[in-house]
Amino acid sequence: MNQTPALIRVFAYLSLLTVGGGMAAFPELKILTVEVHKWLTFPQLIHLYSVGQMAPGPNMMMIVAIGQWAGGFLGALVVLLAFFGPTALLAFIVARGWKKLEKWPWRTSIQEGLAPVSIGLLLAGCFTMAKGAIFGVETAAIAVGVLLILLQYKVNPALLVLGSAVLGVISFMPK
Amino acid sequence: MSDATLNPSVESLAAGAPVAQVSIGQIFLEFLIIGATSFGGVVPYLRGSLVTKRGWITDKEFVEMLSISQSLPGLNATNMAILVGEKLRGALGSIAAIIGICLPGAVLMYCVGIFYRIHGDHVWITAALKGVAAAAVGLILSTVVSMSKKSLSGKFDFVFIALTVIAVNRLHLGVPRTLVAVGLLAILFHRPRKQQLESGTQ
Repeated sequence: MNQTPALIRVFAYLSLLTVGGGMAAFPELKILTVEVHKWLTFPQLIHLYSVGQMAPGPNMMMIVAIGQWAGGFLGALVVLLAFFGPTALLAFIVARGWKKLEKWPWRTSIQEGLAPVSIGLLLAGCFTMAKGAIFGVETAAIAVGVLLILLQYKVNPALLVLGSAVLGVISFMPK
Repeated sequence: MSDATLNPSVESLAAGAPVAQVSIGQIFLEFLIIGATSFGGVVPYLRGSLVTKRGWITDKEFVEMLSISQSLPGLNATNMAILVGEKLRGALGSIAAIIGICLPGAVLMYCVGIFYRIHGDHVWITAALKGVAAAAVGLILSTVVSMSKKSLSGKFDFVFIALTVIAVNRLHLGVPRTLVAVGLLAILFHRPRKQQLESGTQ
């Protein structure tokens, strides 16, 4: 079955929800890709997202893998265009018009108002993900450990994710 | 001979003037490098490359563009690519920048996807991924904390954060409705005050 139209629809829609970061769209990403279209399972989604945190560049590149699974190379390409096209166009238009908005008093209001909402969306996405990723003492300890280390020291997060992979092997390998 | 070759660079440095026009190829290459090397978060790499190394934009412009990027939908990385590309070379600059910054990660995740599809159920990979997923949760939480420290403009903003989380995770209103409802509420709460309105129209 040709998934291309569905991929375009889903990822163009998700694109517009990523206010404050890709994670803001995560609850919706889960519903659409896992529950509605069944392109992958929830654990697979969590795995791809997490592995994506080790990749360089924009941190939602795991969507390429979803596109590839659902529709091969074309699927991957279509997902990229659908996910980055609409917001890119919007950013371009704003870039052109921003100077004119400089004196518009509501500009600050929008920035100040959207800041807590985007943080809330990020947190909501994080909770959605935690439901699948945190189970038991080991995973909770890893999450808290990473959080505390990042708040305390300047460490490259990608290294911590890599280190946690090793911890995962140590904790969860069947004896 | 040396005069002719030295002078232009000395002049442009002294004037601090806009750098000679950057080519589309240069933009693509610079963003490609950022896209391939920015492990663990793009923003510091963008700053290091565009402001410090190349001097294509000033630090003030960088901060301004970043705040625009954050209040628009879209990832910071790609929004920044569009804004910087637009500033340097218009529409073509934007396209070169966004393709450059996305390409390496996209190719990598394409291959990772295929590999995971085939080998994802090996015991040691499943075990490692459990650790990785838990780490990602900690990573997002740290982003939440650092964003809260940087971009909130008052204690009352925590109410909006809580409302957003409750709307999405408890009431299952969905991200779009939450975004519109709580977003409007928060924007109205932060509406321009009298003085701002007056100074704004000056």
